[in-house]
Amino acid sequence: MIYREAGEFKSTYQADQAIFPIRQDRWFILAILAIAFIVMPLVGSDYWLGTIMLPFLILALAALGLNVLTGYAGLLSLGTGGFMATGAFAAYKLATMFPGLHILAVLIMSGLITAGVGILFGIPSLRIKGFYLAVATLASQFFLIWMFNKFGWFTNYSASGVISAPPMTIFGDIYVTGPQATAAAKYLFVLAVVAFLALMIKNLVRSNMGREWMAIRDMDIAAEIIGIKMLSTKLKAFAVSSFLCGIAGALWAFIYTGSVEPAAFDINRSFQILFMVIIGGLGSILGSFLGAAFITLLPIFLSNAPHWFGMNIPVDMISHIESMVFGALIIFFLIVEPHGLARLWQIAKEKLRLWPFPY
Amino acid sequence: MKFNLKASLLAAAVAMSSLLSAVQAADDQYIGSLVYRTGPYAPGGIQWADGFADYVQLLNERDGGINGVKLTLEECDTAYNTDKGLECYERLKKGGSTGMPAVMPLSTGITYALLDRVAADKIPLITSGYGRADAADGTVFPWVFVPPATYWGGADVAIQYIAKEMGGADAMKGKKIALVYHDSAFGKEPIKTLEALAAKHGFELSLHPVSPPGLEQKPIWTKIGRQIKPDYVIMYGWGVMNATAIKEAAAVDFPRDKFIGIWWSGNEPDVIPAGDAAIGYKSLQFNGVGAGYPVHEAIKTNLYAKGKGSSKVEGDVGAVAYNRGMQSAVILTEALRTAMKEYGNKPMTGEQVQWALDRLDVSADRMKELGAEGLFDPIKLTCADHLGQGRVQVAQWDGKAFKAISDWIQPNDEMIRPMYKDSAAAYAKEKGITPRECK
Repeated sequence: MIYREAGEFKSTYQADQAIFPIRQDRWFILAILAIAFIVMPLVGSDYWLGTIMLPFLILALAALGLNVLTGYAGLLSLGTGGFMATGAFAAYKLATMFPGLHILAVLIMSGLITAGVGILFGIPSLRIKGFYLAVATLASQFFLIWMFNKFGWFTNYSASGVISAPPMTIFGDIYVTGPQATAAAKYLFVLAVVAFLALMIKNLVRSNMGREWMAIRDMDIAAEIIGIKMLSTKLKAFAVSSFLCGIAGALWAFIYTGSVEPAAFDINRSFQILFMVIIGGLGSILGSFLGAAFITLLPIFLSNAPHWFGMNIPVDMISHIESMVFGALIIFFLIVEPHGLARLWQIAKEKLRLWPFPY
Repeated sequence: MKFNLKASLLAAAVAMSSLLSAVQAADDQYIGSLVYRTGPYAPGGIQWADGFADYVQLLNERDGGINGVKLTLEECDTAYNTDKGLECYERLKKGGSTGMPAVMPLSTGITYALLDRVAADKIPLITSGYGRADAADGTVFPWVFVPPATYWGGADVAIQYIAKEMGGADAMKGKKIALVYHDSAFGKEPIKTLEALAAKHGFELSLHPVSPPGLEQKPIWTKIGRQIKPDYVIMYGWGVMNATAIKEAAAVDFPRDKFIGIWWSGNEPDVIPAGDAAIGYKSLQFNGVGAGYPVHEAIKTNLYAKGKGSSKVEGDVGAVAYNRGMQSAVILTEALRTAMKEYGNKPMTGEQVQWALDRLDVSADRMKELGAEGLFDPIKLTCADHLGQGRVQVAQWDGKAFKAISDWIQPNDEMIRPMYKDSAAAYAKEKGITPRECK
């Protein structure tokens, strides 16, 4: 009843190839965007926008980046944190070397630099696969963090190795980084960047390139036989993935925390993002967002929940309960639906199609 | 920490029964406290948090708060994780009727992430013995306070102490000193100071970064023990790294009494796991060690005798990190007291506490009144000086307890203060900050 496609006819190729061919999906996405762009800034407090939504959006972007590589191209990577750090440090160097540079230019250029680094570390992917590739990318994780720690040039020779974002504006006078920036401005800026990039990737995976990635993921020998060039396709996946992770890292350092040390992008960050992709759903744009929501929002909810109910539980106990509940939920979800939250959503849609006469 | 199931269940039951009754009275002074009672660094974090909480509760129980204003303490567990710390700060900053009067993030990472925010939120940031050393310059950092000591001052005191051991600064020429450090913002802080001192005194400095968490230090210590053979080793370590370093030093037979750690490397959890290997190991301290002070007695009679103490572990009262937590509580509550003198006996806002911190004067007499004479060094801050005298003492582990083995040593201000100024000026330039005028 609610989700019925009957009667929706496509008479042109354009209509058939639309990103969201079903009317209900279009309305749903528009509603989500309207809530995100209009309702959230109006009703959300600074705490909500600046502390809950910002890290969620930025990590969702990083998860999207890893999903391109692992979910669509089937290349397992543990180097996400390193690529995020590359983006953050590239953005810092660009912003301090060329003070007049616009923040969007800084973001795009740091994304491109990270893409270059990603290609470099993607070269071994031609010969090694699966867990072996994960170990090779793990090397990039450790190497990059070590490099930013070791060479003072990356931090403008700061004694502590910490970088911090100079105040930057969009539209002339609206601050999006630095202490003058309001939470709403930061949130809207990050939301716009993430929404745009997500749309771009949604299109990309439907294109020639995306289909080649999926062909390699599903069976690389078959893909090679039908004429897909292995090296360039895999490297393209690395480039796009690191581009997104680089921008996520730059956003994290510049807009969310304002100043970071390389340790903010350590191996734990890579694992965190890998878990987002696994829980959210491999090979799904929506899954990246659902996974990021699960991993970032749930712990905050769990640590706040006792307080909302007026319970006075010692903080260490809250932390321990949080870890236990979180771990149990991860196991529960992966048993109930090993393909991730995105698959649950898909099942829900299928059920709605048949409702009220399921079989 | 031993997990006491029965007590925890009981506590939970009590908490449930007091549902909704936890709403605090509007005229209480709210204190938000960022602590880490969980996570990889919890052994030191729990003691710090207990010391902080106990001192605050002591004021409530014994004096009825500060000038009749009761204190409400709310903790938030960061697990020493920057993301969580930011979340905690944002959650607590609007607590109570006046918001957080000051934030003590207890982590270098969180400190850096908060540096810009506190100025915008008008909440003073107090980083006792960690964070940015150059925040000692109050003209560039009006909202950041670093009493009672900085990492740079600590490095200088370590060298002063070593020079004295060797028989004067002249005797240091040609000697070798090794720095073993946590490869992070925290561990890198002393390098510039030590390099400047090496140039001044003519000793050779070798640097040995340890990747966190620091459980694998064999190659470093083999190199130190067999190849470099330094006359002294200085360590800026944290967490499991410390005990590992002490054990490795013993394994290569490096004399432990020629091995001196920074204050974060000088807690009981750092030396006890190393066992007898740790006997003779030294560390810098910006607070006194031991539990034999009147303030400890007051805490025992007013809190622990009535079952109201925070610590569940026998003998934690008076532990090094416990005293450090108490010291942070003293700095904050004395600032509140100073602020109340100006603005009246009611809960204070961040702005009012910042005004008070700019004039904080906890003299030796005041320390005596607090029952902490000799436990903490007096602190006097001004608008331009956010550090105070910055004195540090050296303590040595004898297998059972840390014992102070030196007087309070003053860092060489003629050298260090200009370094603070230069570094702060560079920060101001990068951030576009105009330093404020201080009369």
